[in-house]
Amino acid sequence: MPLPSEALQQSFLALDRMRASELVAVAATELPPLQVIETMVRPALEAIGQLWEQGDCALSQVYMSGRICEELIDGLLVGSASDASRILTPQVAAPRLAIAVLEDYHLLGRQIVRTVLRAGGYEVLDYGRQDVEELLDRVCADRIEILLVSTLMLPSALRTRMLIDGLRRVSPQTRVVVGGAPYRFDDQLWQEVGADAVGLHAGEALTIVNRLTGEAP
Amino acid sequence: MSGTQGLQAGLTSMQRVLTALGHQEPDRVPLFLLAVMQGARELGLSIEDYFARPEQVAEGQLRLRAKYRSDCFYTFYYASIETEAWGGGTIFRKDGPPNAAAPVIHEIADIARLTPPRIEDSPGLLRVLETTRLLAQESRGEVPIVGVVMSPFSLPVMQLGFERYLILMHEHRELFARLMQLNEAFCVAWANAQVAAGANAICYFDPISSSSMVPRALFLETGFQVARRTLARLQAPAAMHFASGRVLPIVDDLAATGAAAVGVSSHEDLGTLKAACRGKISLLGNLNGIAMRRWTPAQAEAAVKAAIAAAGSGGGFVLSDNHGEIPWQVPDTVLLAIADAVERWGRYPLDWCQTA
Repeated sequence: MPLPSEALQQSFLALDRMRASELVAVAATELPPLQVIETMVRPALEAIGQLWEQGDCALSQVYMSGRICEELIDGLLVGSASDASRILTPQVAAPRLAIAVLEDYHLLGRQIVRTVLRAGGYEVLDYGRQDVEELLDRVCADRIEILLVSTLMLPSALRTRMLIDGLRRVSPQTRVVVGGAPYRFDDQLWQEVGADAVGLHAGEALTIVNRLTGEAP
Repeated sequence: MSGTQGLQAGLTSMQRVLTALGHQEPDRVPLFLLAVMQGARELGLSIEDYFARPEQVAEGQLRLRAKYRSDCFYTFYYASIETEAWGGGTIFRKDGPPNAAAPVIHEIADIARLTPPRIEDSPGLLRVLETTRLLAQESRGEVPIVGVVMSPFSLPVMQLGFERYLILMHEHRELFARLMQLNEAFCVAWANAQVAAGANAICYFDPISSSSMVPRALFLETGFQVARRTLARLQAPAAMHFASGRVLPIVDDLAATGAAAVGVSSHEDLGTLKAACRGKISLLGNLNGIAMRRWTPAQAEAAVKAAIAAAGSGGGFVLSDNHGEIPWQVPDTVLLAIADAVERWGRYPLDWCQTA
């Protein structure tokens, strides 16, 4: 018999909302919402990200899994006295996180990463599409500690160097995590642009953020 | 083909490419070095200014072919020139391909009222047609002219945005079917207008059909059916290009779309792809265009050798990059090294492959 997280993963990949909902509902009779998310939902999403990286599932499945996951999390939190971020945020002080897409209108990757981080208990400011100057201003104003930057096109990825150089001057405490297609085709690119880490699939986001904040994954 | 049958001297690029696509060995492996924006650099123009005049793009292609010895002219401008026809915008930049601006379809429900644009009403598309005509005059049938369309199945990423398109595909099948119908009509008209202007083949860009983007079962229900219907109506042979996406899970299905060739990714093993496609569908690829930016000439030569060794035997192979467009940042020295390496290692018969 598969573990609950594996069964949930299979229901995500099959885009079987009903089965996913049943699995979570059964778990929720025995465990508090945070534990259901941490032991079932989060591992399922991370495993699906890994499958995509290996070429064993498609991006449409990753995105639609995230969409179902968002509905499940919302369902778990219905009736709770606390808001989502308070329930999901770990007890230790959470870092101030933001995510942005640099210069592109392709926003899918950022949405998937947001969902994974939410399942991991993090609240993430979503800046959407940004240019370098605008993004620098927002990161400073919001005192962001970890910035996740998604790009689709190579020139946008290269422009991340300018962003990071700017951040080192005006917000040196901010760590930068990059991701997106160019990094998947050039394994030295993230270091060239001066990033602190690269995520090759959304499932890595939690591990990276935990590592940068000094927590064990 | 093997032995002396491969020693055909003095083939034109057209003969070379047609022989290879016929799964036979020509004089050497054909090279499609798909340089696009680099034409602006040759003419000393900004990328935006370059694409504003069709005669400049034709001149750029002529200069690029003379320099890099590519076996085709490539009339691709930029992907969003098609969504310009649908009312969308394009964002130009100095150091990379023009990008689609905000999606043109704001709500999924708007698809019910959508009508496809006419080619003759689209200034951008008319510029491409004029470039094609100019190159056809120069080519005199000796150099293949490759036109480009976005597949009806992949165009919605720019029309709607990726997220909204995935929701349409999964949750609004009637409107999805209607959008495919509209896009197919547009794609066929656009491709055949390019053929009428002188294009000899069409590169059908369909990244969303790749297994990186949708699972095989969904592809067979959607992108496969769209490709089969669309390619059957084109008046020239087509290559399906997945813009670096993976295809191994669907490789046995691709010949049934009617495509003559498939553009493949550096993320998949070229030898495995060759084994699956030999004699059925030709391969186009798969040099890593992103990594190419930091290659040395020696690394470029090694990459060319490896690709030819994996996929060159028996024809059915055209050496190219894996994305369908060489990045602006790739140095001239690398492109020239690729051209030199094809001359050196791509001559049939590929006896060195057996002895290597």
